[in-house]
Amino acid sequence: MIAHSIFFYTFSIIAIISAIMVTASKNTVHSVFFLILDFISISCLFIMIGAEFLGMIMLIVYVGAVAVLFLFVVMMLNVAQQKNQWFLSSQSSKHIPIGLIISVIIFFELIIVVGGWKYKPDLMTSSNLIINESISNTHSIGNILYTEYIHVFQLSGMILLVAMIGAIILTFRERAGLKRQSYFKQISRERSDSINLVEVENNKGVNIDD
Amino acid sequence: MIDIGLGHYLTLGAIIFTIGVVGIFLNRKNIIVILMSIELILLAVNINLVSFSVFLNDLTGQIFTLFILTVAAAEAAIGLAIIVVYYRNSSTIRVEEIDSLKG
Repeated sequence: MIAHSIFFYTFSIIAIISAIMVTASKNTVHSVFFLILDFISISCLFIMIGAEFLGMIMLIVYVGAVAVLFLFVVMMLNVAQQKNQWFLSSQSSKHIPIGLIISVIIFFELIIVVGGWKYKPDLMTSSNLIINESISNTHSIGNILYTEYIHVFQLSGMILLVAMIGAIILTFRERAGLKRQSYFKQISRERSDSINLVEVENNKGVNIDD
Repeated sequence: MIDIGLGHYLTLGAIIFTIGVVGIFLNRKNIIVILMSIELILLAVNINLVSFSVFLNDLTGQIFTLFILTVAAAEAAIGLAIIVVYYRNSSTIRVEEIDSLKG
């Protein structure tokens, strides 16, 4: 229990500090790296409380795909040199107090909800997806995901497909002067419009430009 | 304090959620950091769902975390594509200069 609390406090303090650094750091590339650190420590927390599959999936999806995508875009757009200093800008100083007040109110509302709610008395027994301790986390998620939630699962695949198509269409740019293979032109080419028989006079040859 | 319960995880989720909201409010320079703050907010939601799922002994929360992960990945891809297109058209992604909808 002692080790559990030590690990919890370590990972959560790292997560909170890196989350602050994501929003406050001046360089965008540093923000992306702190985002990666945040995801890694949160996935350590997930693994610690027994959601191993989700922790690993978080590592793969967020660190492996989303954060690399962020890094890629940051380097492609050349915004790494744009300083991200919202404390020093005189124009933006008037909305900082309002933003801070609203954030503090949101935080205290969340804390009041956490402190004030109670379990429904039959909540623990009413669930039909109880975690089975005898099989692993991945196994039990697979058991449920492919039976009870199969439609939602396929729908999430459709969401990914739509996102892929959207991203490709948004960023696709037709370049001028690019020579591309045209299958229709190739197939519809015939002998009559590509070969021309010429009578050649003796000792004169053919002028190709004709 | 030593005994880690559901409240600790929910508090951690609340703190990270609030930091994400602060990032959206206070960041006026770079729209990519706003997308990262949205990712932080979704991460806080994931923490809440997973901790409820573990402490109430119910797998539904972990399943929904999986779907939130999917939607977050799709959202990041589309958002970054929009940012790339916007940068190509107007060669800036500073939040202060994106005001063509102001009227």
